[in-house]
Amino acid sequence: MSHPAPAGPVLEVDGVSVRFGALIAVNQVSLSVGRGQIVAIIGPNGAGKTTLLNAVSGFYHPYEGRIAFEGKDRTRLQPPDVAALGIARTFQNVALFKGMSVLDNIMTGRLLKMRGSFLLEALYWGPAKRQELEHRAFVERIIDFLEIQAIRKTPAGRLPYGLQKRVELARALAAEPKLLLLDEPMAGMNVEEKEDMCRFILDVNHEFGTTIALIEHDMGVVMDICDRVVVLDYGRKIADGPPAEVRKDQAVLDAYLGVAHE
Amino acid sequence: MIYREAGRFKTSYASDQAIFPIVQDRVFVRAAVVAAFVVPPLVAGDYWLQAILIPFLIYALAAIGLNLLTGYAGQLSLGTGGFMAVGAYSAFKLTTAFPRLSIIAVFLLSGLAAAAIGLLFGIPSLRIKGFYLAVATLAAQFFLIWLFNKVAWFTNYASSGTITAPDRTVLGVTVTGPNATAAARYVMALAFVTVFALVAKNLVRGRIGRSWMAIRDRDIAAEIIGVRPLRTKLLAFGISSFYCGVAGAELVFLYLGSAETLAFDINQSFLVLFMVIIGGLGSVLGSFLGAAFIILLPIFLTRLPHSLGLIMSVALQKQIELMIFGGLILFFLIVEPHGLARLWQIGKEKLRLWPFPH
Repeated sequence: MSHPAPAGPVLEVDGVSVRFGALIAVNQVSLSVGRGQIVAIIGPNGAGKTTLLNAVSGFYHPYEGRIAFEGKDRTRLQPPDVAALGIARTFQNVALFKGMSVLDNIMTGRLLKMRGSFLLEALYWGPAKRQELEHRAFVERIIDFLEIQAIRKTPAGRLPYGLQKRVELARALAAEPKLLLLDEPMAGMNVEEKEDMCRFILDVNHEFGTTIALIEHDMGVVMDICDRVVVLDYGRKIADGPPAEVRKDQAVLDAYLGVAHE
Repeated sequence: MIYREAGRFKTSYASDQAIFPIVQDRVFVRAAVVAAFVVPPLVAGDYWLQAILIPFLIYALAAIGLNLLTGYAGQLSLGTGGFMAVGAYSAFKLTTAFPRLSIIAVFLLSGLAAAAIGLLFGIPSLRIKGFYLAVATLAAQFFLIWLFNKVAWFTNYASSGTITAPDRTVLGVTVTGPNATAAARYVMALAFVTVFALVAKNLVRGRIGRSWMAIRDRDIAAEIIGVRPLRTKLLAFGISSFYCGVAGAELVFLYLGSAETLAFDINQSFLVLFMVIIGGLGSVLGSFLGAAFIILLPIFLTRLPHSLGLIMSVALQKQIELMIFGGLILFFLIVEPHGLARLWQIGKEKLRLWPFPH
């Protein structure tokens, strides 16, 4: 990157609440994600993890609190604006474009980097064609990186689940995000697929320096690859710290295992 | 198949991104286009040109237009007839107001007028989807036809309420109006559909097409990678209506000669939609196949009893024709919902391996 990265955390969530009617899904949660970190957001089902992620990517607007990206307030932005800032994400239940080939799916990740010139595109000529080929070359690098060369022309809808997850990661990476949000990247995968995915996440973090926030249920994975863990329960943050500390935290154990009632 | 892909190695992304990556395909298609310009005007009689080829080309253009909107961008529209009417009436007003304006410019400007109206009626698409959007576009269809009927200015206060194509020439050849030969009108229609089919193909394989398909397949995921839904959908409405507008202008100027609003009623919208569905949603080739199917089938069915030696009353024949037509549309929807274009693709895949099963 040519610009010097501003100091301070990439993402700051400050006292954010999201409510649907009377239900408070996320309740005054604060957390920050430092540059180059891998941060996990964990918690029991219904704890508000995905809602928090949706608030960060602009689908929901918090009812109170603020969200700042690279020091700038972006609480009220719409999803396309959030994408333009450099935040990419994947979804819990894969949201690929099923009718398009894997290659086209990943190419959509480059849309924000492309310049529009309607007439030239209609003629597929000159700068428009050159631009297509440049982005194709970039996308091919990601295809190599994630080892999906063999399926680049396959319609995304025909792929097995594990590969779909990988293609979705590829689409997010194609946008060259500064912050990558992964919503359960390993859900429903077998052990080998999980290992592959862990390797890719670590590689992305190491090679591109991408900051990553992920939601995950597999504690083994979380403890292995994350720098920090944030635990949510019933919309509230109950713990925040390095994995080794969080796993011993009494509140976390209570949330996961239940508390004996006296 | 008579040729195979084996031994053809792509060495650049440009060759991989080409419309026809296989060299034989490219040669064949180019030859076919040249032949289409040269052979029918020399060989085909007026009946073939006037009753089959000209309407086929015009409807193919309209079908490409609707396919961009419905097949690629996923926005169901029943306003096609209305947008075609906008094109036709604009062309009529332009030719009468500016008699010296080139007919090619008239067609393009009519397309732009239709595009503007299409944009306007595309605005509800931000809020509503699927069948509900179809109903909203149906409002466009009925409102526009009502407007052209009601406001006599559009027909230059003609007492009959019809618009008539005047004589216009391109490069000294009369291409529209009562004195134009069928061959000249055919070449004109073919030139337009060739250029705009190529433009459509270029659009859908690039940035714009991918954002349309992204909105069609998963609008939420499209937003998260930076596609702005309103802008993208409106662009689809605008371009689609442009195609329909040009097709509407051609329908009057190159095919019917004169028309009233009845020529653009709701049946036209359905006809073009059937072409797109039967041909294949999200396929430019499918638009041609669908148009050919819908134009040719009734003619074939009309002639069938005669060639089989059956004698029946015209009314009965017409009824049977409608029944078979409806039945075939249902058959297609059930057996091959992705249309003729998909059948063509399956056929090609099978032939690649032939004579081996897999």
